[in-house]
Amino acid sequence: MATEIRELICINCPLGCPLTVTLEDGEVTSVSGNTCPRGDAYGRKEVTNPRRTVTTTVPVDGSATEHMVSVKTATDIPKGKIFDVVSELAGVRAKAPIAIGDVVLANVAGTGVDVIATKSA
Amino acid sequence: MTKQIERHAIVVVGGGPAGLAAAIAAYEAGEHDVIILERDTKLGGILNQCIHNGFGLHTFKEELTGPEYAARYEQRANELCIERRLGTMVVDISADRVVTAVSAEAGITRMQAGAVVLAMGCRERPRGGLATPGYRPAGIFSAGTAQRLVNIEGQLPGREVVILGSGDIGLIMARRMTLEGAHVACVAEIMPYSGGLKRNIVQCLDDFGIPLLLSHTVVDIEGRDRVEAVTIAEVDDHLRPIPGTEVRYPCDTLMLSVGLLPENELSREAGVEISPVTRGPVVDESLQTSIPGVFACGNVLHVHDLVDYVSEEASAAGAQAARFVTEGFEAKGSRGIPVTATDGVRYTVPSFIDPSRMDKLLTVRFRVANEYRDRYVSVYLDDERIQHRKKRVMAPGEMEQVVLKRSDLEARPNLANITIKLEEE
Repeated sequence: MATEIRELICINCPLGCPLTVTLEDGEVTSVSGNTCPRGDAYGRKEVTNPRRTVTTTVPVDGSATEHMVSVKTATDIPKGKIFDVVSELAGVRAKAPIAIGDVVLANVAGTGVDVIATKSA
Repeated sequence: MTKQIERHAIVVVGGGPAGLAAAIAAYEAGEHDVIILERDTKLGGILNQCIHNGFGLHTFKEELTGPEYAARYEQRANELCIERRLGTMVVDISADRVVTAVSAEAGITRMQAGAVVLAMGCRERPRGGLATPGYRPAGIFSAGTAQRLVNIEGQLPGREVVILGSGDIGLIMARRMTLEGAHVACVAEIMPYSGGLKRNIVQCLDDFGIPLLLSHTVVDIEGRDRVEAVTIAEVDDHLRPIPGTEVRYPCDTLMLSVGLLPENELSREAGVEISPVTRGPVVDESLQTSIPGVFACGNVLHVHDLVDYVSEEASAAGAQAARFVTEGFEAKGSRGIPVTATDGVRYTVPSFIDPSRMDKLLTVRFRVANEYRDRYVSVYLDDERIQHRKKRVMAPGEMEQVVLKRSDLEARPNLANITIKLEEE
């Protein structure tokens, strides 16, 4: 049986817990070093299917106060799709009024995840 | 013509995360005559341009972006109808708590405050604070300015970027510029360790293959009108560039992320005692400065890594300000038991503790002087060690904390000193 140990830094929050993930034949058998359940979940995902939340901005038309509205993927998306997400957003403009949580682009880059506003404008 | 002086129970200077949390906590503690003075045209402070995620896990148990985190507090302040004046800049605070502010609409306003909460935040260390040679061409930005240009103004400051300093904003901007189509050649850090959070090195540099060059600095900037190239060299143990290690990076943009400085011009003018280490006010357990009734919280007190801790600290300051106004603090000869930071602990907040005024539990925050592995954080009450906790890794870029129990302090009526230090065993 092949045992593999991976040392990671949890990126869920600024505490940045140092994680040790143990894999047996490619299957995660344990995660240690985390101080919360999110760390355990991150450790398991990071070694099998790493995912990231993407945050960026799109221009907004018709707002008295903002040129840009900040947006994020509503959940994390596969790490390999980060650039697909930002390039699909490159041509998108939002229209005011827009509220936090409003969908700016549905199903971005075929991920099944929506891009939502994180600022009202 | 002199306008009549206004009176407010609590004046909060700054409407960023610290000011908002302080005002809300003061209101919730029962003091409703609270006013926030904010120089920007909106509340939320720097969070408005911090569009990345990672905020709020401690406070809200969910992961928010900066604007979302600010919106939560703003909404709460709106629910409570907390008075705020935007576009209003405080220009003076006196030792007897008269706050002078200016705005385009109202001109000069003077307010007598029952208590003042300082929540002005911090500023970026400018280029002038660094001994970087070369001309002063366009294309040199502090990371926070670049962040504002990209995220608020929608302008890309450059296409080929070198970043000096590994503070969190620099790391965040390395990723941000990359997502906007720029190329970030490297992040150079003069110290042998990063100034930013580990998570940001992982998700902002490693994810995009951006090299972090530790013990490296910029030794030359080329270009008269616009940056054309920078030269980076390795430094020795004394931070002096090592001849022969120079590498030239053609680029149009140099971003600086070389530290944050608490913005204490107003506090200094008021006569508040400032710590030479944190560059913020020296405070007691109530987050009260050396001037009675003047409290401080957030990045004006000491630079934080985590907004959640800013909110927590500011809530405490706001609640104490309300207590000061409603109950008054008994005048005492001393500020309390001194907290000594030594052996790798650079400073503590607070610096004094009066056990009779502290809550059941008190969080003492500090930073360490260097990168340490497998060291113990120890708390001594006089010569008696009462806490001894092992930490796998500690670094100057990450704030640490210990929690003190009031009962431990009260059990020792002659306690003269509290010491927080690092020990090897």
